[in-house]
Amino acid sequence: MLSMTNEEVKKAAAFFTREIEKLASGRSLRLMEVCGTHTVSIFKSGIRQLLPENVELVSGPGCPVCVTPNEYLDTAIAYSRKSDVMITTFGDMLKVPGSSSTLAKEKAQGSDIRIVYSSLEALEFAAKNPDKKVIFLAVGFETTAPTAAAAILMADETHLTNFYVLSAHKLVPPALRALLASGKSHVDGFLLPGHVSAIIGLQPYDFLSKEYHIPGVVAGFEPLDILQAVYMLLLQIHDQTARLENQYSRIVPKEGNPSACRILSQVYQQSDAVWRGLGKIPNSGMSIREKYQAFDALLNIPIIVEETKEASQCQCGKVLRGLLQPSNCLLFGKACRPEHPIGSCMVSVEGTCAAWYKYGAGRWQV
Amino acid sequence: MSNECVQLAHGSGGKLSHDLIKDVMWPAFANEILGEMNDGAQLHISGCRLAFSTDSYVVKPLFFPGGDIGKLAVCGTVNDVAMNGALPLYLSAGFVLEEGFPIADLQRIVASMQQAAKEAGVHIVTGDTKVVEKGAVDGIYINTAGIGKIMDGIHISGKNALPGQNIILSGYLGEHSLAVMGERHGLQFPQSVRSDCAPLNGLVEAMLTAVPKVAVLRDPTRGGLATTLNEIALQSGVGIMLEETHIPISSAVQAACDILGFDPLYLANEGKMVVFVEPESTNQVLDIMQQHVYGSEARVIGTVVKEPRGQVGLRTRIGGVRLLDMLVGDQLPRIC
Ligand code: SF4
Repeated sequence: MLSMTNEEVKKAAAFFTREIEKLASGRSLRLMEVCGTHTVSIFKSGIRQLLPENVELVSGPGCPVCVTPNEYLDTAIAYSRKSDVMITTFGDMLKVPGSSSTLAKEKAQGSDIRIVYSSLEALEFAAKNPDKKVIFLAVGFETTAPTAAAAILMADETHLTNFYVLSAHKLVPPALRALLASGKSHVDGFLLPGHVSAIIGLQPYDFLSKEYHIPGVVAGFEPLDILQAVYMLLLQIHDQTARLENQYSRIVPKEGNPSACRILSQVYQQSDAVWRGLGKIPNSGMSIREKYQAFDALLNIPIIVEETKEASQCQCGKVLRGLLQPSNCLLFGKACRPEHPIGSCMVSVEGTCAAWYKYGAGRWQV
Repeated sequence: MSNECVQLAHGSGGKLSHDLIKDVMWPAFANEILGEMNDGAQLHISGCRLAFSTDSYVVKPLFFPGGDIGKLAVCGTVNDVAMNGALPLYLSAGFVLEEGFPIADLQRIVASMQQAAKEAGVHIVTGDTKVVEKGAVDGIYINTAGIGKIMDGIHISGKNALPGQNIILSGYLGEHSLAVMGERHGLQFPQSVRSDCAPLNGLVEAMLTAVPKVAVLRDPTRGGLATTLNEIALQSGVGIMLEETHIPISSAVQAACDILGFDPLYLANEGKMVVFVEPESTNQVLDIMQQHVYGSEARVIGTVVKEPRGQVGLRTRIGGVRLLDMLVGDQLPRIC
């Protein structure tokens, strides 16, 4: 798609936009994108403005930072206060409010917290700082989990004894099932996450069409990919069928990435996990297997964590289930802004509230 | 704000930096000249118009592809003076050194400053050196201040943007940030990325000599193009509309941004500028810029519009339009 000229891109976009408008005419539709990167791309490319008002794109629980519960942050914050601990984390986690603090505040007050761009960088910190217990905050879905798993394997091979993982890795399909099972999130179709699918393949989403009769399209992240995927969803809806389709076949093989899956199941096992806004979802998390327990921060470094409190009036839970538009939260743009976030959805670059705020709700006012 | 403490994001050049200046510095220092909010102060002293600017440099690592902290300290201040339509003349240099810092590194940095000053045609005429205990600073910090003479008949300010003006960008975005970050984190980008760090006063002089009517000049350093244009939109009370497909971004920078999840419009530059100019002078300014080594890729990237005031919009590749907000404190501490 990058090889297309600007004119060709514009033309293709105009074609999809026109067809979408025709197919959707006379009905009101809600399509859910389940990936934070999609959310950002939708806002960044101005797609909301190109779609007719009756086709609504809502964001689901697809931003890994957003779905990480307060309790996890409180634990990370408690660890960061220990003088022999170094926290390594992706930058996004720094500003997410826990019950009473953030990692950014702890860092400003002297906690040893380092921003890393990969789990392997965290491993390097561990190698270079033998006097510290280096904890990597492992947050993310099927996409990032294999690299954390690889870091654990590497730490094992190189006999690193001061590298630990605080795992909050989560699996996308069980969350979608929980969302549908709750019966509250009315969704006419899913834009499924391209990167996650590149790892797990298509099969895990089969239940969407088979059990719930909801169309799903695995989509890429270029603006045209997304427009095309919306168009594909609308064709299905128009024909009253529900299938699982792959718009992103140039990257996503049907069977996913078997070697990444192998590393994942070697290091992790499926376990129940708590999601912000969605509560405990069976088999939606990944915990470190017994063989690699020496790298599990929780099992090896004792810690007392403060009692979890939720920010009052924050509606992240509803936003994450597609039940509320950010602008309908009373705090949006007032008490809660990217520079003073109240909830996680306003913190993460991939958060729905942040995208609404940063990109002016995605519809330009002129 | 009084019970909070300073966080790294307060120094990112985005919204939090603005808040800090507005809430803490401004109430103490407020005066008319500071209130102009330009890249430096424009002073009238005994019939002479001068531009005066200062900046501190705390970059890590000290040496990176395309430059080092010394070159940065000279070019950064030269450019701030030049962005007032002035010819930079003299600089000061203040060093804070950490006990144990290698003299050889210091010599390398100083030589690089001398080289950059020579290229810019300025003299470093006063300075200061302090040494602090190990751990009190990270190697070396440099502060430079610069003074220059504002060219006759030139009136440049962030307040001068008017609907109808064209916005020219002098070249490719994001190179400085990525070169520094790549070096700091040992990242191997698909193609090499070098800092664009360069003195822009020669280019500014050539441009303003031929077209004195230029309205606004600004170099998009911390916070990048997006933040710079937001500042100007606010200062002038106008809107700005950009064309995404016209903004020059190299494939190397785009590829690196894709890997790291960054937006090149927010990355710092150290050798680029935006120029706001009336439509009738646009081609002439473009011609002059394109003939200069630091403006050879110059192009029009957007226009000033009346509404919505104080906001920047971006027409995207697929034809949508969306808001382009200021940077809100980033994850990239100390890149310039
Ligand atoms: S606007 Fe802020 S408080 Fe409201 S839901 Fe979003 S993150 Fe939570």
